[in-house]
Amino acid sequence: MTAARRRGRKSTLRAVAASLGAAERWELRLYVAGHTPKSLAAFANLKRICETHLRGKYRIEVIDLMVNPELARADQIVAIPTLIRKLPPPVKRIIGDLSNKERTLVGMELVPGP
Amino acid sequence: MLLSTLPKAPSGVRGLDEITGGGLPRGRPTLVCGSAGAGKTLFSVEFLVRGIEMGEPGVFMAFEETAEELAQNVASLGFDLERLSAQKKLVVDFVRIERSEIEETGEYDLEGLFVRLGHAIDAVGAKRVVLDTIESLFAGLSNATLLRAELRRLFRWLKARRVTAVVTAERGTGALTRQGLEEYVSDCVILLDHRVTEQISTRRLRVVKYRGSAHGTNEYPFLVDDSGFSVLPITSLGLEHRASAERVSSGVSRLDTMMGGGYFRGSTVLVSGTPGSGKTSVAARFVQAACQRGERCVFFAFEESPQQLTRNMSSIGMDLGRWRKRGLLRVESARPAVYGLESHLAFMHRTIREFRPAAVLVDPITDFTDSLADNKAMLTRLIDFLKMEGITAVFTSLTSAGANVEQSEAGVSSLIDTWIVLRDLEREGRRHRALCVLKSRGMQHSHDIREFRITRRGIDIGEDQPGLPDPKPVARIRRRSAIAARKGAPR
Repeated sequence: MTAARRRGRKSTLRAVAASLGAAERWELRLYVAGHTPKSLAAFANLKRICETHLRGKYRIEVIDLMVNPELARADQIVAIPTLIRKLPPPVKRIIGDLSNKERTLVGMELVPGP
Repeated sequence: MLLSTLPKAPSGVRGLDEITGGGLPRGRPTLVCGSAGAGKTLFSVEFLVRGIEMGEPGVFMAFEETAEELAQNVASLGFDLERLSAQKKLVVDFVRIERSEIEETGEYDLEGLFVRLGHAIDAVGAKRVVLDTIESLFAGLSNATLLRAELRRLFRWLKARRVTAVVTAERGTGALTRQGLEEYVSDCVILLDHRVTEQISTRRLRVVKYRGSAHGTNEYPFLVDDSGFSVLPITSLGLEHRASAERVSSGVSRLDTMMGGGYFRGSTVLVSGTPGSGKTSVAARFVQAACQRGERCVFFAFEESPQQLTRNMSSIGMDLGRWRKRGLLRVESARPAVYGLESHLAFMHRTIREFRPAAVLVDPITDFTDSLADNKAMLTRLIDFLKMEGITAVFTSLTSAGANVEQSEAGVSSLIDTWIVLRDLEREGRRHRALCVLKSRGMQHSHDIREFRITRRGIDIGEDQPGLPDPKPVARIRRRSAIAARKGAPR
C-alpha cells in the first residue's frame, strides 16, 4: 500500500469514525516488517474481517518496522505480524497472519471466546 | 605459516579470562546457563559494563526484568546502568511477552525482535549484546517449533552482525538448558552453578565447551560481591611460579638451624599438631620475625579475635599490637563457616591484594569445610595464588588426638613445601611438646624429634630427641623450668 493511499483511507476513516459514537470506533494497528507474504496475508485477512464485521467503523494503521524500527521497542513488538486493537479498550494483541479466522475473531473480541 | 587463533573478547569477569585463555569468542554468541539465582544476569551485566569500559558499547535485552528493575538490582555491585544509557553507551530494552494477552492466529516470525535488536545495536554502535533470558519466549509463545527455528536464525544473525553475545538460559533437568539451546550456540558454553552443601552455599563456574580453544575444564568457585563477579581459577599459570633460594627465618632460631637457615621465601609451610601442641605459637613466631624484618604480614585468625590473639601472644613474649600499630601486621578474624567457601577464599584474595604482604599466616586451615575434597581444592587455589605472588605462607592444621598425623594430612601434603609436625609425648607423668620437620623440599633438614617448650620469652627447642639414650637436653630444660618455677613463673 502506498503512503498516499493510506493517507486517503485515513481521512475517510476519520470522517466515518467522527460520525459514529466514540465507543463504537475500532482502531487497529498492524505491525509488519517489509512486504513479506505473511504481512500481506495478514493485511488481506484483517481487511476481510473488518469489512464483514465492522464495516464503516474501523481504521487500520499499518506500521512497517523496516521504516520505523524504533516503534518495535515502543510498542513491545516481538512477533511479526502483530495486530493491536487500540480501541475499543482493553488493548488486545494478536500475532500471526490472521489466517485462523475463528481465533482472530475471538482475539479481537468480535465474538465471545470459547 | 601460523594459523591465526580464534579472536577473543576479554569478558571483563575477573578470573574467567585466565580460564578461557583470553575471554569469550569475539563476534560470536556464548551461552551462559544456570538455574535460577545462579548469577546469570550479573555475569551478563558485568560482561557488558566491562566491555563499555574497554570502549565496546552494549545492548542488554532483558526478558525478565524491566530496565528499572535491572538497574536497581545491579546498583549494589557498583554498576550505574542509567548513566551508561544516558551516555549512549548502553541500551537496555525490556521485552515483555505475556501469554495471556496474546492470541496466536496463524503463521508468524520473530522479525520484530530482530528489528528491535538491530535498531538498538545501531543506536549505540554496540559490539556486545546480552539476551537475558531468551527462553522466556517459550513461556510467552506457544509455537515451540517456530521458536526454535527463529532462535537458530537469531544466533546466525548475531554472528553475521559480528557482535560478541552472551545468551543466558535456564538449566534443564538432564540437559544444560531447558530448551536445548546448547545445540544452537556451538562456540562457547559456560555453566553456572549454585549449590548448598551442609548449609554452606558455594557458587561454581565451568566452561563446558569452547570450540577451537583450549580452556580450563574444572569447576571454579566464583563470587559475587560489591565489586562484581569474580572467578577464582586454579591458576592457569600452573606450576610456573619462580622459586626463590632466599631463606627467611621461621622466627625460632633453632628451627632455622634444623632446616639449615629457615624457610624458602615464597614457600608454603604447614604446622600441624594436636590441640594445645603450640601450633599458633610456632606459626606466630614467623609473623613476628617477618615484621621485625620490616615486611608486611597478614594473619588470618579463624579461631581468635585480634585482641584475644594479641593478648595470648604477649604471654609468650610477642607484641603483635606493636606491629599492628606500625601498619606492618594485619589481623583478620572471621569464622570461615559463616560465609560460603568461595566467599571466604575471595575475601582472603582481596585482603592479600589490598595489603600486599610478604608473609601470610592462616590459622588454621582445617576450619574451612568438612569436605576433604573441597578443602583441598580451596587450598590448591590459595597456595597457587600465594606462590604466584611470591608470598611465604604458614598454615596451621589441627590433627585430632590419637590420629596418625602423617595420614590424616595426606590430602594436603603434596601442596606443602615444608611440613612441621608438633605432637604431645607423655612421659614420666607429664606431657612434653615435641617438634620435628617431617619434610622440607629442596633443603637438608634435621630428622630429629626435638622437645620444645613455650616460655614467656618464646619458643625453646631442645638439642636432642626426648626419650632417647642421651636425656641431657631434657634434663637441662627441666632444670631451667625448675629455676623458673622458683622465680614464680606460671607453669
